[in-house]
Amino acid sequence: MNVIEVKGLKKRYGQVHAVRGVDLSIPAGEIFALLGPNGAGKTTTVEILEGFRSRDAGEISILGFDPQTTGHAARQWRNRIGIVLQSAADAGDLTVIETVKHFSGYYSNPRDVDEVMAAVGLEEKSGALIRNLSGGQRRRLDVALGIIGSPELLFLDEPTTGFDPEARRAFWALIEKLRGTGTTILLTTHYLDEAEALADRVAVINSGLIIEVSTPAELGGRATSQAVVSWRDGSQVKTEATDNPTAVVARLSTHFGGEIPELAVIRPSLEDIYLKMIGGVHE
Amino acid sequence: MNKIPSALNLGIRRGGLEIRQFARQRESVVFTLLFPVILLAIFGSVFKDTIAPGVTFSQYFVAGMIASGLVNTGFQSLAITIPMERDVGGLKRLRGTPMPASSYFIGKAILIAVSMIIQIALLFGFGLLFFGVEMPTEASKWLTFTWLVLLGSACSTALGIAFSIVPKSGRGASAVVSPIVIILQFFSGVFFVFTQLPTWMQQLAAIFPLKWLTQGMRSVFLPDSFAAQEVAKSWETGRTFLILVIWLVIGTFFSVRKFKWDRD
Repeated sequence: MNVIEVKGLKKRYGQVHAVRGVDLSIPAGEIFALLGPNGAGKTTTVEILEGFRSRDAGEISILGFDPQTTGHAARQWRNRIGIVLQSAADAGDLTVIETVKHFSGYYSNPRDVDEVMAAVGLEEKSGALIRNLSGGQRRRLDVALGIIGSPELLFLDEPTTGFDPEARRAFWALIEKLRGTGTTILLTTHYLDEAEALADRVAVINSGLIIEVSTPAELGGRATSQAVVSWRDGSQVKTEATDNPTAVVARLSTHFGGEIPELAVIRPSLEDIYLKMIGGVHE
Repeated sequence: MNKIPSALNLGIRRGGLEIRQFARQRESVVFTLLFPVILLAIFGSVFKDTIAPGVTFSQYFVAGMIASGLVNTGFQSLAITIPMERDVGGLKRLRGTPMPASSYFIGKAILIAVSMIIQIALLFGFGLLFFGVEMPTEASKWLTFTWLVLLGSACSTALGIAFSIVPKSGRGASAVVSPIVIILQFFSGVFFVFTQLPTWMQQLAAIFPLKWLTQGMRSVFLPDSFAAQEVAKSWETGRTFLILVIWLVIGTFFSVRKFKWDRD
């Protein structure tokens, strides 16, 4: 059974159709990235799945529960999921360890507090007040609170926005560790390289519809799209689009008698493909 | 699989966490806990007369200060701090965990009750030492005092949580909430002798719980002979209890049904 199963999800705000019929199937253990420009229906979709918003139509099963479940069933459901929201700045007067310990008390089978602190790399900040943490440290605390309950499913909403490159790499390593524990992860992100580094599959959402679901390597026909070979011939830069770049390079190599001046073989990046798919709309 | 912790268990833990967070905001601790004492000092120094044979204004004012302390500590502080917690995403984070809303409410109730007990202790201490405030001697009055504090604190907590849905942001919350509380204090006979207020003001105040809390506290701290000077010529203890219970039910209903975890 899939951890996330969504059929025909629709949501409207007044006259605005934010989500116009989204289907998703995410099996256990997968890291799935949802990509899309602002206003594409990405946040609405995820917030409906997280149980924060109601829906107008569609069927949803998350670990066998409907996110609109209330009462004790809702507690049982939330006991099995973890949510890392965008920008929270609460509990500034508590220390890191106090907060992680306190949240661990909410769940039936929490992870070991020290293990989680080590996993997110906050051991040295354990006695620090939260308000004194840097942005990256705060975000790692958010993740600590998201995974403390040993969730089977983790929602990560734009987890590395505002990170410096080094912090992002460290964060990706943390997510790789979670992959090792079998946690299913639904990730939303603005960063295409992040989706490429982490996700098993990506979905592109635009205008409230899923345009495509695929692996990062194959999205938008990327794997089969033509490569562009470029080189310098005298004073001119020449390019050639081809399905067989190796043959082109071999031919050029013979032509130049060895080294080809300024040779480059370029395949479209995930970002190129993505921008083409969403019609060049990018923030 | 272990069982999920009970709502009450989590509520008590939340209470501990709330107290810890509150205690770390030093300015706010000093201000909240000492505010009634400061007001008592000011009013006690300005009004030195007796308002009835054997009843000093300080004595009258202590009753009002405890009652309005309940409103300030519960209703006012929650109706302002909850929207602030909502603004920074703290409530949404909690909503995403298995902790139920009832635990969050219990935690707030514990914080308010503890804060109230400290305020009352300070008010009694300063009142006894510096302003000649007399403590009741009959057990029945202390019994009334106890249920008034407990019921008043619960009622004020519930209404504060319920009213937290009104301010759109934490920034604007105090501008919405504070005037309501101050006007209510003037109308309810906290700063002035209630029977000297215009009738329409008295009638308006009688809708809200503060007037009844204040009157209830007067029944504890003033001699029974003073009851004859109340509007109804009696302490109306039964009616006070009933009205506070009604407001507690209203507050709890809206807290449970309408509580807002998220800004939009």
